[in-house]
Amino acid sequence: MAVLGIRVHASDNVAVVAADVQAGDVVRLADGSEVRAVEAIPRGSKVALSPIVCGQAVVRYGEEIGRTTKDIAAGEYVHTHNLAGRR
Amino acid sequence: MREEFVFQGWRRPDGRMGIRNHCLVLATVACAAGVVREVGRRLPTVVAVEHAHGCGRGGPDLGLQIKTLAGLVQNPNVGAAVLVGLGCEVVSAALLKGALARSGKPAETVVIQQAGGSRKAADQAEALARRLLGELEDLPRESGTAADLMVGLECGGSDTFSGLTANPAVGKAADRLVELGGTVILAETTEMIGALGPLLKLAEGEDVAAKLKAKVERQEARARELLGPLADAVLAPGNVESGLTTIAEKSLGCIAKGGSTPIREVVDYGERPSRKGLVVMDTPGYDIESMAGMAAAGTQAILFTTGRGTPAGFPAVPVIKISSNSELFEAMPDDIDLDAGTILAGKTTRQVGEEILDLLLRVARGQETKAEINGQAVFAIAQEGPAF
Repeated sequence: MAVLGIRVHASDNVAVVAADVQAGDVVRLADGSEVRAVEAIPRGSKVALSPIVCGQAVVRYGEEIGRTTKDIAAGEYVHTHNLAGRR
Repeated sequence: MREEFVFQGWRRPDGRMGIRNHCLVLATVACAAGVVREVGRRLPTVVAVEHAHGCGRGGPDLGLQIKTLAGLVQNPNVGAAVLVGLGCEVVSAALLKGALARSGKPAETVVIQQAGGSRKAADQAEALARRLLGELEDLPRESGTAADLMVGLECGGSDTFSGLTANPAVGKAADRLVELGGTVILAETTEMIGALGPLLKLAEGEDVAAKLKAKVERQEARARELLGPLADAVLAPGNVESGLTTIAEKSLGCIAKGGSTPIREVVDYGERPSRKGLVVMDTPGYDIESMAGMAAAGTQAILFTTGRGTPAGFPAVPVIKISSNSELFEAMPDDIDLDAGTILAGKTTRQVGEEILDLLLRVARGQETKAEINGQAVFAIAQEGPAF
């Protein structure tokens, strides 16, 4: 199943999923690019569009929203378990 | 928008234009709440406002209370007011009436200790309100335009879609209103933390930029002081449940409401802007206190986006609720005026921005918002220090 993913800015490395996603589902962006979800992601939450190394910036709206607290693979669910605001 | 932005309003003595013509019955102190509530029961057409303020606070907070209460009475949607005090409080009816003097706003006072108790005070206030209501009915109306409007922007119960749908659509409506000569207020300093970069790009001139930076940094320092390393916890639990992870993420979505025009001025809580266009006001992120600051500055309407859904309205100021997702619009139809979730199904933010502007015009022409129909009107003033 393909689910709509919403990326605001070309430099964003996460997108918001418009519906609940199951592991293995394809998240498709408006420009046609895709990422396969490696785990379940609730509607409205963020999916990593590319691998993000621990300590790197997560970018949404073209701006940094925080840093990763562990390595994140493309297709992973991004939330409080692996992303924190800057201290 | 296909038709001209013109409505019939009420021109107040200070030159500002109301889109409503309310008689306010206002408690000047918490102790007068029961009397004000009783007058509201007897006369459902008045706007009866009670609150927890008016005494027992230090200087800065009392200053904020006087400014905000006087600002609410001077709001152009208020035609006249009855001020109900107790008699021994700091923010007395006489003090508040004095603060209004230059505005020319008709205001009467009732003091419970002088009236002989709460029932007699309610009788007095009811009689005064009946007379003022009659006088307001006779006020002539005149044409107003977008240039007469100051519109507050608010978001409450945000979710991850707020920054994708409702807030950018409100931003488009804000841009159009500014283009038509109007004023919009972007508030909630807490929700600018982490989003200073994009905001500073909009600031017109170095003074505006410096003031904006100082306000946001002060709010961030206060959040860190209160919450330490948990400063990100200024997110409400519902925000996190919906998928928002950090305050910067929430803020970046939040500031989209302001649109893309230059920030002309940065004002303090409850302060009246001296310039038109996009203005930033320093308020808490707490919706009710934020709306009070904007209403005190004179906003005649508030555009309020929500992802989780909130029924909150405000006294005398129509609050237009815009949902960030269609599920919410379907789940709380009695509270939401317009659905911006349609953007997820293919509408553009510009199209929904036009829908918002059209609805704002209809509300300026008298259409009641869901919050007005529901009688949702809550009031609270931002505070600095502890109670005594």
